Amino acid sequence: MHIVVCIKQVPDSAQIRVHPVTNTIMRQGVPTIINPYDLFALEEAMRLRDKFGGEVTVLTMGPPSAEDSLRKALTYGADRAVLLTDRFFAGSDTLATSFALATAITKIGETYGVPDLVFTGKQTIDGDTAQVGPGIAKRLGLIQVTYVAKVADFDPAARTITLERRAEGGTQVLKSKLPCLVAMLEATNEIRRGSMENALRAARAEVVKWSAKDAGVQDMSKCGLKGSPTIVKRVFAPSARAEKAKFIEAPEGGNLADALIAEVFARQPNLEADLTALARGF
Amino acid sequence: MFTLTEDQIAIREMARDFANAEIAPFAVEWDEKKHFPVDTLRAAAALGMGGIYVQDDVGGSGLSRLDAALIFEALATGCPGTAAFLSIHNMATWMIDRFGDDDQRNSWVPRLTTMEHIASYCLTEPGAGSDAAALKTKAVRDGDYYVVDGQKQFISGAGASDIYVVMVRTGGEGPKGISTLVIEAGTPGLSFGANEKKMGWNVQPTRAVIFEGVRVPVANRLGAEGDGFKIAMAGLDGGRLNIGACSLGGAQAALDKTLAYMRERKAFGQRLDAFQALQFRLADMATELEVARTFLWRAAAALDAKTPDATKLCAMAKRFATDAGFNVANEALQLHGGYGYLADYGVEKIVRDLRVHQILEGTNEIMRLIISRALIAQGN
Repeated sequence: MHIVVCIKQVPDSAQIRVHPVTNTIMRQGVPTIINPYDLFALEEAMRLRDKFGGEVTVLTMGPPSAEDSLRKALTYGADRAVLLTDRFFAGSDTLATSFALATAITKIGETYGVPDLVFTGKQTIDGDTAQVGPGIAKRLGLIQVTYVAKVADFDPAARTITLERRAEGGTQVLKSKLPCLVAMLEATNEIRRGSMENALRAARAEVVKWSAKDAGVQDMSKCGLKGSPTIVKRVFAPSARAEKAKFIEAPEGGNLADALIAEVFARQPNLEADLTALARGF
Repeated sequence: MFTLTEDQIAIREMARDFANAEIAPFAVEWDEKKHFPVDTLRAAAALGMGGIYVQDDVGGSGLSRLDAALIFEALATGCPGTAAFLSIHNMATWMIDRFGDDDQRNSWVPRLTTMEHIASYCLTEPGAGSDAAALKTKAVRDGDYYVVDGQKQFISGAGASDIYVVMVRTGGEGPKGISTLVIEAGTPGLSFGANEKKMGWNVQPTRAVIFEGVRVPVANRLGAEGDGFKIAMAGLDGGRLNIGACSLGGAQAALDKTLAYMRERKAFGQRLDAFQALQFRLADMATELEVARTFLWRAAAALDAKTPDATKLCAMAKRFATDAGFNVANEALQLHGGYGYLADYGVEKIVRDLRVHQILEGTNEIMRLIISRALIAQGN
């Protein structure tokens, strides 16, 4: 089995500051980390590999310094790392990024074996779009399952994977044929620690570096700024809301839920009538 | 030698990540509750830190002393006491690996490298500390057994450990009458004193180990009769580097905390790190530490290369790194003002932990003795 995990090197949001005037992220001097969501994806991929055999290839697109995050992934136990780096990729939005990554995944398939699964994090903590995973799936014609909380079952003989997907109001249990793309939620597993053995292996490993051409990109106009229709019009910090939070406590000898409902009805005079009408409809 | 290899950088980072996530956040609480973090030690061992410079056929990582120094410094940034205990376990495990025969190695070391079993080193006695060759714990041959009677003092891990590497007297007075026995917990006649109340190193138990007619198979002796003192001292060369490295890590953490504090704290209208008098103290602290670190690496490289002056260099490194480490940590406390004296900031704990590094693994006075003897012997 071959699993490709897409990761991104992002600034550590715990240590990030926003420029007070331009509202842009001040990246200078901020340490970088692997996007936390991607770590859960990597861990889940490695667990499948450990149980069913095969290889995990990590892939990232970024500046040459993104090699650090790939080495880190090797320290955790990934088998191979591919860095997609080229000045043509600079300024990519999610459309251009998913194009570049999808092209590289095709190339990885040709070079190291066609992947059975592609894992990504739900979204990155710097862009927060959650678009790149689905974009890759669409371009590669893969079934996509997003917001995955758990890999519930995997059947290598039938080539199916069963996933628990968090949806509004509940959990969907979905079974998909392979190949497919899985976008993982956070806190879905406990990420292992890199062992000394893997740290040494990572230090000695060769990170595969591909330019746009190496990765098999034909149409450069789909890359980087040229291939990015997204325009950031304005960045702003949302203003704080004026209302104050009210603390509601259970009245003496009373019940907190009743007090809460009374307060809600007091603030929304029409709500009780609306709800009654709605209830009558059932 | 003056730059680390990619391997060494990777090892150090891996140990530092472990310390940041698994040790540092809990260190103050462990110290306060006198909690011995066995689970954390086992987690470290699972990553390859239970037998760092032990051979790999028995589960060791097969790394060098310099690699070990990098690892112990990194771990000690989280908690010097925890890192130091791991270093003692590594030293005792190495002694079995280095001086044991294949049966002995295969029977004990694999369980020690995983830390399923924990090892303690027993040399010091109530009446024999610096003068270790005067130890009195007696082992009298009785057929295929030794009968051991006596007492060891200040033993790290005692009561919690499974394996005790014990220096005993099998012959006449002086260093040549000493042998090394491996004694397993649960052997009848083996008991332990109360957990000592200490200034620091509260994350590990320290007890007396008492031997009353303990019957130990002769097969548990490492090396030949009379080899014990040599074995004990060989262990200590590396042990001294490890303790020095733990001082560097603790002091580095104290310095890092100080820099962060001085960035935030204001007095007389400006940040503390804007006062030149204080800036100069930071410069001196960082310089001391870097000098100690660089020299400790040099001594570690000498021990790896088995150069004839390795023992002397290890003694110098231990003396210098533990003094520098304590001084830097103590300065860090001073620069924190009253807050440094509070447990919450974690600085006073580092000072308390590092204080004992100047005493154990051979006091710094004994280090001077070793160094001066080597110097004078050279002249003769």
